[in-house]
Amino acid sequence: MTEPTYLPFPPGSQPPYAVPNYRSSGLRAPHQPLVPISPTIERSGPVFSPSQFLAAADLSREAGRMALGERILVAGRVTDEADRPVPNTMIELWQANAAGRYHHVADTRDVPLDPNFRGTGRVFTDQDGRYQFLSIKPGAYPWGNHANAWRPAHIHFSLFGASWGARLVTQMYFPGDPLLDLDPIYQATPDPDARARLVAAFDLALTQGNEALGYRFDIVLRGLHATPMEGAR
Amino acid sequence: MRPVMRPTMRPVTASQTIGPFWHPLGDPALADLTRFGATGSRLELTGCVLDGGGAPVDDACIEIWQDTPPASPVFPGWGRCATGASGRFGFVTLAPDPSAPYLAVAIFARGLVKPLWTRVYFADTGDPLLAALPAARRQTLLARAEPAGWRWDVRLQGDGETVFLEL
Repeated sequence: MTEPTYLPFPPGSQPPYAVPNYRSSGLRAPHQPLVPISPTIERSGPVFSPSQFLAAADLSREAGRMALGERILVAGRVTDEADRPVPNTMIELWQANAAGRYHHVADTRDVPLDPNFRGTGRVFTDQDGRYQFLSIKPGAYPWGNHANAWRPAHIHFSLFGASWGARLVTQMYFPGDPLLDLDPIYQATPDPDARARLVAAFDLALTQGNEALGYRFDIVLRGLHATPMEGAR
Repeated sequence: MRPVMRPTMRPVTASQTIGPFWHPLGDPALADLTRFGATGSRLELTGCVLDGGGAPVDDACIEIWQDTPPASPVFPGWGRCATGASGRFGFVTLAPDPSAPYLAVAIFARGLVKPLWTRVYFADTGDPLLAALPAARRQTLLARAEPAGWRWDVRLQGDGETVFLEL
């Protein structure tokens, strides 16, 4: 009997390690081909207890004081490839402030820090895989990749899923951002549909009057699947 | 045989780099898997991450996962460590069961648009992955015992490049 396993990624749906226009990948992307394995301990994974990892679903305030910026509510659903919900999974979040600066010792750009914004959060999906958090829209910021390089506005997501092989770190972008066409990191994923799925959708139904603009961002993680095999009868 | 993806299935979300500013997630306590009081055969693992030019990678996120001893309220089985200025990382954990003497490792960093998956082994016991590798490459997955604990360096690229896995 075949153990449930991970499905291969559809061609073009994930970026390659070596990204020619992304300077930092030059000395960090491996040169040797990956060695395929049958997962063993990778088929299990960590479970995070909200009692040890406290949820923090409102990034838009610090000690009750509101951060500067355009308030947003981000919500979505986490599923696997077969559309099965991924319940009770931890999502870690981090982002720049409205001026495009991270609350981070290495970000010394000469734009303001916001004392009411740290830019980190943690949420857990519910039984149906749904999550949401409040924040402010991050600003774009320049980086040293090439002359006049600017990262499009983005929120970093770190997800664990149901097993080690499901682990995903990604970035959520905002619709209509003209920097997306110029960004080597966003553009690293060959399939345009796969790139487009990294862009949240503005959602008026999610938008709360007087409160926050709503953006929907659904995420698909790898799952373990008992699947038909090539060559199987 | 390779599994077949049915056309109706939803493609997995594209990975993006963890970037240089992920450290708010890097609580140093997360590198000590015994911090909740787990007892057993203590294992200390340290190493350095080097890039293709031999320079230390000082902004990487190293994560480990092990399923033995089984996770419990006092033993998470998972750890995370930020590399420091010398590319150095270090974990304190409990030794995995001798029948599967390895940890799963994922490496995230600026410049990596997706994680590097690998394993670190504490014994060469004829495991199918190790057995299938040429000797020189096999060595890259084997930690070595030193007086202060286990030592395992990671080379992302070039001479002595660590074996990275496709799950």
